[in-house]
Amino acid sequence: MLAVSAERVFRVRGVTKVYQMGEVQVHALRGIDLELFPGEFVVILGASGSGKSTLLNILGGLDSPTSGSVGFRDHDLSSADEDERTRYRRDHVGFVFQFYNLIAGLTALENVSLVAEISPNPLEPAQALELVGLRERKDHYPSQLSGGEQQRVAIARAIGKRPDVLLCDEPTGALDIKTGIVVLDAIATANRQLGTLTVVITHNASISSMADRVVTMVDGRIAKIETNEHKKSAHELVW
Amino acid sequence: MRTLDRMLLSDLLRMWRQGIAISLLLACGIATFVMSTSAMQSLDRSREFYYSEYRFADIFANLKRAPNEIAERLGHVEGVAQIQNRIVHSVLLDMPNMIEPASSQIVSIDDGATAGLNRIFLRQGRLPNTAGRNEVIASESFAIAHKLRPGATLNVTMGGLKETIHVVGIGLSPEYVYAVQPGLLLTDDRRFGILWMPRRQMEAAFNMEGAFNSITIETQAFSSVAEIIYQVDRILKPYGGHGAYTRHDQESNRRLMDEMHQMRSMAYVTPFIFLSIAAFLFNIVLSRLVHQQKEQIASLRAFGYTRFELALHYFKFLAILVAIGSVLGCLLGWRMSVWMTDMYTLFFRFPVLHREFATREAIFAISIGFIAAIAGGFSALVRVVRMEPAVAMRPEPPQAFGGSLLDKLGLGWSVSPIVRMILRRLEANRRATILSVLGVAMGLAILILGNFMRDTIAFVLDTQFGRSQRQDVMLTFNEPLSSNALHDALHLPGVLLVEPFRTVPIRLKHGSRQYRLGLMGLLEGPSLYRVLDSQLQPILLPEGQGLTITKKLAELLEVGLGDELIVEILENDKAPVTVPITAVFANYTDPAAYLNRMDLHRLMGESERHSGVFLSVDSLEMNNLYKAIKKTPSVAGVLDNNAARKNFTDMIAENTRLMRLFNSIFGALIAFGVIYNAALITLAESGRDLATMRVIGFSRSEVAAILLGELAIITLLAIPIGIPIGYFFSYLATLAIDTETHRFPLVIASDTYAYATLVILLSALFSAWMVRRMLNKLDLLSVLKVKVS
Repeated sequence: MLAVSAERVFRVRGVTKVYQMGEVQVHALRGIDLELFPGEFVVILGASGSGKSTLLNILGGLDSPTSGSVGFRDHDLSSADEDERTRYRRDHVGFVFQFYNLIAGLTALENVSLVAEISPNPLEPAQALELVGLRERKDHYPSQLSGGEQQRVAIARAIGKRPDVLLCDEPTGALDIKTGIVVLDAIATANRQLGTLTVVITHNASISSMADRVVTMVDGRIAKIETNEHKKSAHELVW
Repeated sequence: MRTLDRMLLSDLLRMWRQGIAISLLLACGIATFVMSTSAMQSLDRSREFYYSEYRFADIFANLKRAPNEIAERLGHVEGVAQIQNRIVHSVLLDMPNMIEPASSQIVSIDDGATAGLNRIFLRQGRLPNTAGRNEVIASESFAIAHKLRPGATLNVTMGGLKETIHVVGIGLSPEYVYAVQPGLLLTDDRRFGILWMPRRQMEAAFNMEGAFNSITIETQAFSSVAEIIYQVDRILKPYGGHGAYTRHDQESNRRLMDEMHQMRSMAYVTPFIFLSIAAFLFNIVLSRLVHQQKEQIASLRAFGYTRFELALHYFKFLAILVAIGSVLGCLLGWRMSVWMTDMYTLFFRFPVLHREFATREAIFAISIGFIAAIAGGFSALVRVVRMEPAVAMRPEPPQAFGGSLLDKLGLGWSVSPIVRMILRRLEANRRATILSVLGVAMGLAILILGNFMRDTIAFVLDTQFGRSQRQDVMLTFNEPLSSNALHDALHLPGVLLVEPFRTVPIRLKHGSRQYRLGLMGLLEGPSLYRVLDSQLQPILLPEGQGLTITKKLAELLEVGLGDELIVEILENDKAPVTVPITAVFANYTDPAAYLNRMDLHRLMGESERHSGVFLSVDSLEMNNLYKAIKKTPSVAGVLDNNAARKNFTDMIAENTRLMRLFNSIFGALIAFGVIYNAALITLAESGRDLATMRVIGFSRSEVAAILLGELAIITLLAIPIGIPIGYFFSYLATLAIDTETHRFPLVIASDTYAYATLVILLSALFSAWMVRRMLNKLDLLSVLKVKVS
């Protein structure tokens, strides 16, 4: 197990998020306190509507909290404006989405290069693809790749910039078990080899056994945080 | 309301921007057509009414002088219903607000000027009192140009005497709907007008007691016009008849008909372009809508809606847009036709303007709009009908892409991924890209088409005034004068150079073809009034050679270089002679024929006689020259070239202003509609990519660069394509406005290209700005939650 540094990456304090949906107020987050550390593999577990995606969006600089503070290293994310948050995403965050979101008009390699070109300290794009085991498919367009392959390209794209944090939103949600395992393995490999803080949100409890820590959310609150003494590899997972 | 209809309404509300863009283009197409056809019908109806109510004559003839008994003989020619003999004379007017004299044609009126042929419509004042002295009716356009009202006085030199005449009425006649000084291209209301004077006063002033020098004839229905003309010419020949002619060759009528001919030809060009672009947008928008609503269509089919019901649903979508476009188009077209007819009535004078709405044409345009909509939306409708519910519900894989041309050339690496994205998208959507490029190119072409006329006319004026007719002033004499007149002219103040000319009314014949015109006798190598070839080099007219004629005349007579023409002199009794054609040249004004003046004198069997002179004048002495001319009774007409040129330029600017404005707006609108639509579609199709890029850290401007880059490429590709299309359209337009007697060259100045390009770039920028604003509102979160579809 990789040593987890004591220096925090994220420090979340008393974060709430309220959406105004017409005349109804939706309390997505009702006071979250959380600290995340470098190199950690964290799974945030919860049913739909538990607030896990909202939390991920706030951590990723896609959304800002209604109240409370979010510190990324020594920056305050909660008060950042749109441009600062764009800068933050650009320099520090790698995203993996449920539906891959590859650029259809670019090949696998180009999808990775696209990000590498705007990053201060990127991986060689080919190397990033190597890491997810897709080197030989680098010249294929998304339409020529299977779902699992597309998701692995998305992972390569996310880690291609050597992000400080890799945020994965239901990365296996659209995949079958076998493919899902390959994808999770790729995420775990990236976490291990690059030492990137990795946060995976999912409603699939079996994935949690891969994590260093498992954060369970219920109704906008953190219900519990568990630490895994024995992490399983992706191939050992059963669901 | 049925659920499907509610859905339709919400689709319309959601896509209102594109809806408006399409409806507007459709409206422009319908409007331009309704405008042209309504204006045309208004003019035609006004003309018809005017001609029939005010008894516009069918045949006209001028002669030197004949006793009134001859008119009676003419009245007995078979087929003649009514005849009116009169006195027509050119005079100079000394207008207080002009240094140069104004020219006028005085036409005699009989006691009942509002009866008989070519009746006068009295707009203001009263008819002249035959017993009173020197009372006249002035033509409306001349009166307006000089702010004359009944009660005004004019100084005129009549029959060698300076006289003061009184304007008692302002009127119009079907003979002078378009009153233009002989030899000029366009009207000049300040320098040329018509005066109607009681016959007895004219007889006295011009020594024409008991005689006439002009007749107009109304023919009986089904009579042989050719036979009447033959008889009239035969009877008038001994009296210096110039040859009778029909309405077809009557100056005012011919101009009016030419104008309407041109309007008719142009009525189809622009609407066609608008409607085809609207069809193209229909195609894009409906395809996109159907594509987006694939699953919805599948569900509805699964619920049991029939194919027909669904096809009808999307058809209604088209129908509503066409309906909006049609209403807007008809209203706008009507309004524009009012503007247009108002503009025409500045040049063409009618007592009553009948405003017509071209109902049939409007219905036709709307039907064409519908056809365009259906043609455009057809493939989408077919897709709806063919869709199998089970297939449609399955999510679609990402759009397939191939390498762009750059990739195929192995140069893909040379550009950034963003540029690659743009190029590949453009290429993967090849059809839409090509259509967008063509659409913008059409906008550019319309702008060129809308503006080239000005360049062409500027070129014609420059050739005409700058190179060909370089005289400052042209004087025409009351009757041909001997060479003493040249001597006198040279001694007029400021005159530097005098060149004489002789004009003789002739009829040229070749086989069954014939044409009546004034044959002009010139010096061998004149330096003021020059005949130019296509290289703008002067053509010499050596003595003993043949005729030099214009290309248009050669075509009218179906002759070429070296052919012989029969020249029949209309003024005297000489037998027709055969003269070869030794030069043919292209000109842009009326058909003309030239001969060395000595040869012409020989044909006429006369010693040196001059119909008038061209003068080169010291510009500082202009005032004195005109003062002297106003005192010279032998001068019947004065044409100031510089003034004429300025008048033309101003008039063309005025004349074309409205059309240029419309075309600029329409061209810009087309470009905007196409570019904006292309942008909306790209935004819809690659919105997900763009949002993804924003999420992974690309800034707004970087993401905008992708979208705007695409628009920029479309716009830039459209420019080199639009320019030749614009050239081609303009060429078609010159063919369309080619009348029997006038031909315009195609000249497009670089200014026009620059202006058209600038307007296109501005409308592209405007669409870019709108799109950029939409990009800023892109919802980053929602887009990540949606499947590829």
